[in-house]
Formats: sequence, C-alpha cells, structure tokens
Amino acid sequence: MNDDLAIEASGLAKSYRDVPVLDGVDLEIPRGRVFALLGPNGAGKTTMVRILATLTEADAGHARVAGFDVRRDRSRVRRRISLTGQFAALDEAQTGEENLRMMGRLARLSRTQARQRAAELIGQFGLAAAARRRVGTYSGGMRRRLDIAASLVGHPSVIFLDEPSTGLDPQSRLTMWQVIEGLAAGGVTVFLTTQYLEEAERLAETIAVLDAGRIIAQGTAAGLKQRVCAQRLDLTCASQAAFDELSRYAGGQASHRDQASLTLGVPTDGSAAQVRALLDAADPGRTLIETFAVRGASLDDVFLTLTGHAKETTHV
Amino acid sequence: MSNALTMTGRSLRLSARSPEALLTALLLPVMLMVVFVYLFGGAVRIGTAYVDYVAPGVLLLCAVTGASTTAVTVCQDMAGGIIDRFRSLDVPGTAVLAGHVAASLLRNLASTVLVVAVAIGIGFRPHASAGDFAAALCVLLVFVAAVSWLAAAFGLLVRAPEAANSAMFFLMFFCYASSAFVPVRTMPTWLRGFAEHQPATPVTETIRGLLRASANPGPVPLGSALAWCGGIMVVSVALSAILFRRRTAA
Repeated sequence: MNDDLAIEASGLAKSYRDVPVLDGVDLEIPRGRVFALLGPNGAGKTTMVRILATLTEADAGHARVAGFDVRRDRSRVRRRISLTGQFAALDEAQTGEENLRMMGRLARLSRTQARQRAAELIGQFGLAAAARRRVGTYSGGMRRRLDIAASLVGHPSVIFLDEPSTGLDPQSRLTMWQVIEGLAAGGVTVFLTTQYLEEAERLAETIAVLDAGRIIAQGTAAGLKQRVCAQRLDLTCASQAAFDELSRYAGGQASHRDQASLTLGVPTDGSAAQVRALLDAADPGRTLIETFAVRGASLDDVFLTLTGHAKETTHV
Repeated sequence: MSNALTMTGRSLRLSARSPEALLTALLLPVMLMVVFVYLFGGAVRIGTAYVDYVAPGVLLLCAVTGASTTAVTVCQDMAGGIIDRFRSLDVPGTAVLAGHVAASLLRNLASTVLVVAVAIGIGFRPHASAGDFAAALCVLLVFVAAVSWLAAAFGLLVRAPEAANSAMFFLMFFCYASSAFVPVRTMPTWLRGFAEHQPATPVTETIRGLLRASANPGPVPLGSALAWCGGIMVVSVALSAILFRRRTAA
C-alpha cells in the first residue's frame, strides 16, 4: 500500500466465458498524473477501466483506487472517482442543465449546491448557449463535453475516460484534448484509454501499452519512443511485380502493407542517413520503388516493434 | 431514499417529454373507455347498465397498459450508458427501478382521474362513499405498483425496447380473460377456471364492489386481490434485483 498512488493494481485477470480478456495486469499510477492505456480494439482496455471503476469484478488480483480496495470498499471508491464511457451517459430528453443537476443530486449535493455546480460546469465547458436545450439536439462533441462535465459534479479525485475522442471530428477532438489538459492542470488523476499513439503522447505523462490482456510496455512517451520506432518509411512500388519482390525482401520487418496502393511501410528513426541506407538496401537496382514518404508511426508500427507481430484486426 | 426521489423526478420528466408515453398514458385509456362502452355496450346484456359494469374493468385495463410501459423505459435505460454512470455514482439499481415504478404510479393516477371523469361523462354512476372510493383507488394503485414492478423485471429480461413493448399485450390478455368486461359465468368452463384463478378477476371485483358499495353492499374479494398484488410485487422486486445484478455484472 502506498498513499502516493492514485491507482495500484496487481495481477488483475478477467475472462468472459473462458476467453481471457485480462491476463495478469500490474499498474502503479501516482496521484495527479495523466495516464494513458494504449491498445487496439479488443485488447481489454474497457474491461480494465470497468474493473478499476468498480463496475466489473476481476476474477483474480487486487486493485486499489483513491486509497480504497475496489472490491471491499466499493462505495468509498465510487465517491472518489468518475467514469465517462464510450457511450454518452446522459438523458437525451433532459436538457444539459437538468442532466447536470440530476447527477449533482445523485452525488449527494443539496438542491442549491447541485444548481450552483451545474452552472459552474456549464460555464467551464462552454455549454452556456445550449444548457437549456435537450441533449438530443447536441452535436457529438457537445455531448461528450457534457458527459465529462456530468462526471465531474461530485469533484472526483480520479477520473476515468474510456476512449474520450473516439468518434469525434478533428475540431471536437482538439477541444476534448484541451478539456483533458484542463482536468490535469486541476490536480486530479486522469486515467484514459485510447487507440491512438498521438493522443496518448499529447496528453499523458505515462503510457502503458496493452495487448491481448497484458501490459507489454510502460513508461514515459519519450522512453517508449526510444524503444519504438518513431517514424515509418512508406515505400510505394512501380508495379505489382516490384511490390511482390520488395515484400519478399522486407518480410516480417514491414509494419504496414497495402496491396491496393502497392505500399509497404518499414520502421525508421527518420534520419536522412537511415532513410538513404534503407532505400539502397531494399532497392539496389533503383527500379522497384517509385516514391517514398516518411510519416509518424501508427499504433500498428508500435505493436510490430514491441510484440514482433502485427496488430490483429478484431472483428466485433 | 433521496436517490429514489431524484430518479422519480427524472422518470416523470422523461415520460412527460415522450409523445408516445403521453399518448399511451392519457389518450389510449380514454379511447378504451369510449370503445368498450359504445362498441360493446349495446351487445352485452348483463342486467345492469353496462357502463357501470365495465368502467372498473376499463380502469384495470388502463392500469395494465400504463404500468406495462415501465418495461420499455427500464429496457431503454439498460440499453444506454446511463446505468453505468448511476452505478459509478453509487446509486443502487433498486433506486433506478423504484423511480420508474413511482413515475408509473403517478402517470396512472393522472390517467385514472381522466378516465373516471370521461366515464362519468358518458353515464357511469358510482354508488360509493368517499371512503369506498378512496379504497378502490388504493387497490387500483397497489395493482399498478405490482404490475409496474413485474414490467420492470420484464424490461430487464429482454434486450430490445420493441420486445419490452410486448409486455403490454401479454398483460392485457389477463384483463380480457377475467371478469373485467363480461361476467365469468358466461365463459366456457375451461376459460372460467382460468379467469377465476388469476389476479385480474379479484382486483376487478374488489374495485367494482367498492364502487357500488352504497347501492349494493356485499363482501368484496379484497384479501385475495391484495394477496395477488403483494405476491406479484415481492416476486417481481426480488426478480428485478437479481436480473439487474446479472445485467450489470459483465
């Protein structure tokens, strides 16, 4: 037990009908940090959040959140946390303000306090113009902001955000990031899940990579990037034959393969020297590769580097 | 308790803003009353004015249709993300369900007042003291509470709101196969056996008896009506607690 930790988990495991979803997860997150759990669909991110937020019980292992055991002291944990899931937890037929006041009452505020807190949050989240409209008329971005505002009525010290920017347009995503940065500045602990390396990098001080129910890497964004390729070199071939030949050469090294555009991606640090060397090695005759581009590494590239296998696409 | 009150306020606001819910709660009962009195009233000969006989039965049918919408509201709640938010605020599932049941009671109280007014407008003449009238209303509300809890349990059992809606038809059948619209003695023996041993008959007879107590005093099957309602309520509350836990365990 350590009082400086907002979240600590050891050996968390969970299976659904004999299919393991979490397979022994250990985590230690200090108070006041922004932590990102990064992983593809089906990696177990949502299950992890639900266990820490007391909504699901783990089959094995222990977890303490905000100083209390999630199993034994469920009510105490619940009074100190908030959870914003992937689906808006709001009543569409109520106005934004009514939703916030209702959540305030459920978070044990008096009627007056609930009204004041609702007004505060409406201002803070830039929802003043829409506060008296029904949530059913809100855009996706507004809904997500109201959803997060609603999770804050009771002043939680640990905030769980499950894929906060999924399904948002780029502008709303940027606004969402600013909201999350604002939360972090307020001194609370933020635990967020994401499928995007870029998002984890921008928001979180500590990142853990979850793959098939296990944490396969953990550290600061900079530390991870040292282990993981930072960039990807995309090679576009002149013909199908050239693409096949290049594929044979690259083998398991390729982290990206797009048959349709005849493009193959390999990890690189982005330096001119390495890119030049890679091009020479892959295409000594200078006939196979037509164009190349260096781009930021995607989650697939990270996975390839960390696990040695490409990210499996899950069909749900 | 305060949670349940907040939840009741919520459920009432939601039903007040749902046109279908309002239609089911207010217009449908009035239509049923008018249809039964005018459409079947001429064909059914039972010795007394049919409107006096059928009005309590229609009240019961309205209670059943009104209460069964609880299945839909509960089912809709379970389909969205809001239950997780409530749980993470440490609001017990029973408070959420109790809110829906309480809102159902208040909706039905409003529709009952409306239907009684319409019934009186088209010739229904209750012969009851204020006390009998109040007792009849209480029995009806106890019945509404029981059916609402049953509907809540059904709403937890099915996954789609459309399926939850079918609770209404299933429950309405119990009203039709009872003494609500025709005396059970006119039914074939096999149906009569069923009609006499299911909750809608004693509840209808109790309400009907209380509403004509001044003109025609006699024993009413109050004990049997309350026992049925109490039994349904106990089983449904327990069942919904189990179902709620099972639905939210994953």
